[in-house]
Amino acid sequence: MALRRLVQRTLLNHSSSRLYPALGQSFSTDTSPSEPIRATLFPGDGIGPEIAESVKKVFNVAQIPIEWEEHFVGDKVDPRTESFLTWESLESVRRNRVGLKGPMATPIGKGHRSLNLTLRKELGLYANVRPCYSLPGYKTRYDNVNLVTIRENTEGEYSGLEHQVVRGVVESLKIITRQASLRVAEYAFHYAKANGRQRVSAIHKANIMRKTDGLFLKCCREVAEKYPEITYEEVIIDNCCMMLVRNPSLFDVLVMPNLYGDIISDLCAGLIGGLGLTPSCNIGEHGIALAEAVHGSAPDIAGKNLANPTALLLSSVMMLRHLNLNDKADQIHNAILNTISEGKYRTVDLGGSSSTTDFTKAVCDHL
Amino acid sequence: MMRRSPSLLRRILLPRADGRRSVTYMPRPGDGSPRIVTLIPGDGIGPLVTGAVQQIMEAMHAPVFFETFEVHGDMPAFPPEVIESIRRNKVCLKGGLFTPVGGGVSSLNMHLRKELDLYASLVHCCNHPGLPTRHENVDIVVIRENTEGEYSGLEHEVVPGVVESLKVITKFCSERIAQYAFEYAYLNNRKKVTAVHKANIMKLADGLFLESCREVATKYPGIKYNEIIVDNCCMQLVSKPEQFDVMVTPNLYGNLVANTAAGIAGGSGVMPGGNVGKEHAVFEQGATAGNVGNQKLVEQKKANPVALLLSSAMMLRHLRFPSFADRLETAVKRVIAEGERRTKDLGGSSTTQEVVDAVIAKLDWVSHR
Repeated sequence: MALRRLVQRTLLNHSSSRLYPALGQSFSTDTSPSEPIRATLFPGDGIGPEIAESVKKVFNVAQIPIEWEEHFVGDKVDPRTESFLTWESLESVRRNRVGLKGPMATPIGKGHRSLNLTLRKELGLYANVRPCYSLPGYKTRYDNVNLVTIRENTEGEYSGLEHQVVRGVVESLKIITRQASLRVAEYAFHYAKANGRQRVSAIHKANIMRKTDGLFLKCCREVAEKYPEITYEEVIIDNCCMMLVRNPSLFDVLVMPNLYGDIISDLCAGLIGGLGLTPSCNIGEHGIALAEAVHGSAPDIAGKNLANPTALLLSSVMMLRHLNLNDKADQIHNAILNTISEGKYRTVDLGGSSSTTDFTKAVCDHL
Repeated sequence: MMRRSPSLLRRILLPRADGRRSVTYMPRPGDGSPRIVTLIPGDGIGPLVTGAVQQIMEAMHAPVFFETFEVHGDMPAFPPEVIESIRRNKVCLKGGLFTPVGGGVSSLNMHLRKELDLYASLVHCCNHPGLPTRHENVDIVVIRENTEGEYSGLEHEVVPGVVESLKVITKFCSERIAQYAFEYAYLNNRKKVTAVHKANIMKLADGLFLESCREVATKYPGIKYNEIIVDNCCMQLVSKPEQFDVMVTPNLYGNLVANTAAGIAGGSGVMPGGNVGKEHAVFEQGATAGNVGNQKLVEQKKANPVALLLSSAMMLRHLRFPSFADRLETAVKRVIAEGERRTKDLGGSSTTQEVVDAVIAKLDWVSHR
């Protein structure tokens, strides 16, 4: 199996170097490897396959050196992972280190873990990064949004540790550890520095939850000392909500524990136009990055060529940036923004009447 | 006759906007005797805005007398004489109390709520006519459970570097807050109650809360009931706030949702609210964000008194002085609508005293003059 793959890869190299001898030279200053980068693709359910097609088409036209390894979520529970995601799929992500995931609907029932939970636990995805910026040309009530929410993804209030003490009394545990808080704070400051952001705000409720959020803040402060060029501030969550809905331009990068992160990142998505336009990327251990579209699988419009691929396209741009293919990322990003701001080709949810394929073609034309 | 008829016609044809109720409130003999209300100025801008309330109560000759107590956020506990006073008077008006971050003193606000069992916190977020905001048609009342949930204060360090915090949800508290929410909706002619939760993740805890809400909902068939997950709720609040009417939430989500709703409707400077229990009621500025203010506001005396003024109008209604409540509310709303005297958070540059003077001038303003 491994031998076959090795032979395949060698053949591919040969063929690519024969057909496109100038591959290394014709594309910009990025160090594009001579062999394409392999990335795992989970098209997902519902509108997932259509928007995944969109991404593949745009990547083709832009000539991105990415080779997709598609994996589908099965309908049988794999006992090794206790979920519908097979061990092979997870291994593929671990090997390739990057992936793109469409919307997945977790089937209702017992005896298996939710798909998102499986991915998160097995791949150690500890930070969820969502850049939220106002799309030029698509007017919402807020037009000066430019912030990034970074949310701790493994612990906090979502540990799932609950029990009934006596009838009618339930306890739920919120866990904060030094290790997880340091990890996400490190990533937040690293991201801020790598993307030219000036300010990192830690969001907390440490005046009430003194030890838990207090520990989170302590870790953030420790990491902040290592990055003196980045301003660090702490904002209580209710002040943060108030400021976000009054004046979102006050924030730059936000780093938060799990529950607050969930709420604030969805609030910010609402400010710019909803989950259909928001990119997202999960960062895991050993440098794994799994970009995903955070909207639902929309089974009612599945297969009708009406879906909006913007979220998945913008997430794939985040994936490219993670791979340091910044020129390509900028190219696609600008193409998407130009298409939306022109307004001629917009899908139904943005108030237009184009189909998925029309929108995709418009983006390709803009490249 | 000819000269008088235009004003007569106007009085008949135009609606009265001068704050006089057309329904007579028939009091019991002795209802007009003055009530004593505990007053806690608090920290930061607290003394400034409670001073504003006192001035206006005097100007209206309202039958309310204040028993003032000094309490500050860095005290170790609420002084027992203050608690005694509130138990005696049953009603209290309070400015913000500063809660230090990260260690040491526990929150005095929480202490007061637990001590007096003020289990419901209410914030009324609505658009004020004349105040421009990004969102229209906002009229949301957020009712938040005030004693348990994530604010139980039960935390401990398991091993160094690992801290646990307990979130406690009980059927007893969930049931009574749901009961209060539906009763409020019924008494105030509200059509819909929405429960905010995260039961897809916290299945037992928020599941218990939802179960209690559903049980109470069956007793009020005339009021619509639905449920919404908290992250979707925040997203809907910033895009389509008109779909919400009354919202009932556990403790932490209520904090976030109330502040978000207050922010979209005009900010924490103009939203009234209060805390109520079976025996006592404490009125204060609705949204908790910014109720202590910052040093600059205190020095320049430019704090916004509107929120506390509207809360004191709610207090007057609670004390069964509806006419005074209406006069105060009408005057405050007219000052906001006219827009000449607005503090910095509403886009103006007036001081607190200027706003107070404007409200006093409008207290007996009559439209047809």
